[in-house]
Amino acid sequence: MIGGIDLTTLAAMLMVASTPVLLAAIGELIAERAGVLNLGVEGMMICGAVGGFAIAVMTGSPVLGFIGGAVSGAALALLFAVLTQVFLSNQVATGLALTLFGLGLSALLGKGFEGVRPPATAKLDLGPLSDIPVLGPVLFSHDWVVYLSLVLVVLVWGFLKYTRAGLILRAVGESHDAAHALGYRVIAVRFGALTFGGACAGLGGAYLSLVRVPQWTEGMTAGVGWIALAIVVFASWKPQRVLVGAYLFGGITALQLQLQAAGYAIPVHLLSMAPYIITILALVVLSAVHGRNAQAGPAALGKSFHASS
Amino acid sequence: MSHMLLRLDGLTKSYPGVLANDAVSLQIAPGEIHALLGENGAGKSTLVKMIYGLVKPDSGTMMLNAAAYTPAEPRAARSAGVAMVFQHFSLFEALSVAENVALGMESPPQLGQLARRIREISTQYGLPLDPARRVGDLSAGERQRVEIVRCLLQDPKLLIMDEPTSVLTPQEVQILFRTLNQLSHEGTAILYISHKLEEIRTLCDRATVLRGGKVVGHADPRAKTAKELAELMVGAELKVTDRAGRVLGEPLLRVTDLDLPAITQFGPSLKSVHLTLRKGEVLGIGGVAGNGQEELLAALSGERLSPPGTVMLRDQDLSRLGPNPRRKHGILAAPEERLGHAAAPAMSLTYNAILTGTVRKPLTRNGFVNFAAARRFAQDIIAQFDVRTPGPDVAARALSGGNLQKYVIGREVLQSPDVLVVNQPTWGVDAAAATAIRQALLDLAAEGAAVIVISQDLDELMEISDNFAALNEGRLSAPRSTADLTMEQIGLMLGGAQDMDPPAPQTEAALQ
Repeated sequence: MIGGIDLTTLAAMLMVASTPVLLAAIGELIAERAGVLNLGVEGMMICGAVGGFAIAVMTGSPVLGFIGGAVSGAALALLFAVLTQVFLSNQVATGLALTLFGLGLSALLGKGFEGVRPPATAKLDLGPLSDIPVLGPVLFSHDWVVYLSLVLVVLVWGFLKYTRAGLILRAVGESHDAAHALGYRVIAVRFGALTFGGACAGLGGAYLSLVRVPQWTEGMTAGVGWIALAIVVFASWKPQRVLVGAYLFGGITALQLQLQAAGYAIPVHLLSMAPYIITILALVVLSAVHGRNAQAGPAALGKSFHASS
Repeated sequence: MSHMLLRLDGLTKSYPGVLANDAVSLQIAPGEIHALLGENGAGKSTLVKMIYGLVKPDSGTMMLNAAAYTPAEPRAARSAGVAMVFQHFSLFEALSVAENVALGMESPPQLGQLARRIREISTQYGLPLDPARRVGDLSAGERQRVEIVRCLLQDPKLLIMDEPTSVLTPQEVQILFRTLNQLSHEGTAILYISHKLEEIRTLCDRATVLRGGKVVGHADPRAKTAKELAELMVGAELKVTDRAGRVLGEPLLRVTDLDLPAITQFGPSLKSVHLTLRKGEVLGIGGVAGNGQEELLAALSGERLSPPGTVMLRDQDLSRLGPNPRRKHGILAAPEERLGHAAAPAMSLTYNAILTGTVRKPLTRNGFVNFAAARRFAQDIIAQFDVRTPGPDVAARALSGGNLQKYVIGREVLQSPDVLVVNQPTWGVDAAAATAIRQALLDLAAEGAAVIVISQDLDELMEISDNFAALNEGRLSAPRSTADLTMEQIGLMLGGAQDMDPPAPQTEAALQ
């Protein structure tokens, strides 16, 4: 206990608070490495939140709820993919529209679910591991989605670094024309990457409404999707740095909640702002320190591809 | 030759409004180096794209090794033993050499093993490469090696090369030719596309000439002169540039002690450049790409300002003036990069004419664009420089490279400059158009203007310039009259030898 804050509880909360933004960011990282800038992360998250919540409540199964959340996010991402990859609409404008659309659609779909409690997601039973003092509650007493998000980071890292499919995905993001000339299916790769990104964002949204809060309120993502986008950029499109950024954001979120609970005389608004401001500042400093060595973004990021040009 | 590796029969491909290939038939024997000749837009690219599976023919058949060959996509072509090196490199700058090679292969081995294979193959063919380097840091010649090694690792039976030498230095060209000859001896056939007829004459066994999408003839390139080959391509007698009628007048442009820091991190800085340009003179500036050509053009055109007193036109100091004031004084320029530097790709030809033409031509009135006049000006350029395009409302990027080049040069020439600076005026332009552009530059000089031609094509410089200077790491050698210059001396100048004879005085006699 330091200043009325239990560090063990804080550390345990950190992992839970970080999971939604980590999921959304790792999904967006894949989409951007394939050369597509999807600014609709916030919209996909909140649709995942309401979709996951609704299905979990109706079926009584949190697992089905998470699947529903992922499917909702992926569906929205597919809409984005069709618009930007097939009809060649502008990615920035379409992404912004997707966020607005997602916020509106989720508010509509969520009408009957306000004030309802979702079925609880069980903590994973890790046996004796959970009984280790300090480490047990901090690391080994969470639900399966927390561990899934960490496994995803490792998988994405390995996928990009070691697999041929990952190499093709990076190639498409670097130069779609060259990739096309070599016979790779640029649009198919981008559809896949966008769908994965949408599913991850939806999963992150469902985690907010099913575990983190847990209930449904309109606009409950509160900008987490935008933070996920910022984390991807400042992390120089590297999965391991996305993990650091997301846990920083989650850590400060958890800390400010604890500070509020401990009754410090800091205005609540300042505390609520803190995670956003500090995360952005830390990431800016981080990428400034890396300076020229920081990897530039994928060269074809945000550019439309058409086979004829 | 009884056994043919590749046999094309009546290949036809049309695009809306254009018959790109009209019943093209072609045969290539194993180990043969076969040249494909034709002007810009003759259908060479379409033909090789069909062989490589990027484009499907409308009709006609292809046989590879006496079996039907219908590649649906490049992968199928690659697995059948057809590989291609592209004109614009299909490389990924942010990825390493090994990763780039892996992307061009069907079933690449592990990266570590692949890196070893790359080292082996690349040294075996005299093209050393470090597999771990990032492609973005490589020179143009090294990048091409990556593409070639990528092809070689798959044991191709047919290697297609689309204008492979346009970005290479003469030394790199020699290395490439050695490699290609070695491959040919080992039985790999090569389909070689190039505008450089002298290269084709030294390298190729047979040539097929395309014109307007049709095969118009076959030739033994070694038995023909470059001029005869060019005439086969054009279908008409080729004019020789006419240097007559020029008189050197008083000095017009003086550059003194011009020092400029580099534009980019890796670019050269200009180091105390001196030059004097006289009325009626064509000054050729040679040098390997990246030795300060772009920097020099920018300093002359006004894109980059220099210290006072360094750039003088007649008695006026233009050093601190930007491009438009300099245009007003009579210095015009046509930079090397056509799309994005000399022309705005998405804008129409009319708009592109306005962009540089409005200072010297009445294309605007009280700040409003005079579209009728601008369109007329664009049409003039199109007509006088034989730009093949449906009209002045077409976007610049829709033109082929050679056609846009003619437009860009024409736009500046028709503004009757006092001094014209051009960089790589005939890069990627076919023989007939290149002759036309060179003649236009000579005619301009004959009317009393002075022209600076920056080029990597030494034959071109020898053909049209009165004096020759070499750029080496940002230093400009003293100009020497081309009349008594041998290729050997030029080579020394390009290498940066400064201790040659004192600059020959620019004799009037040399110009007659």
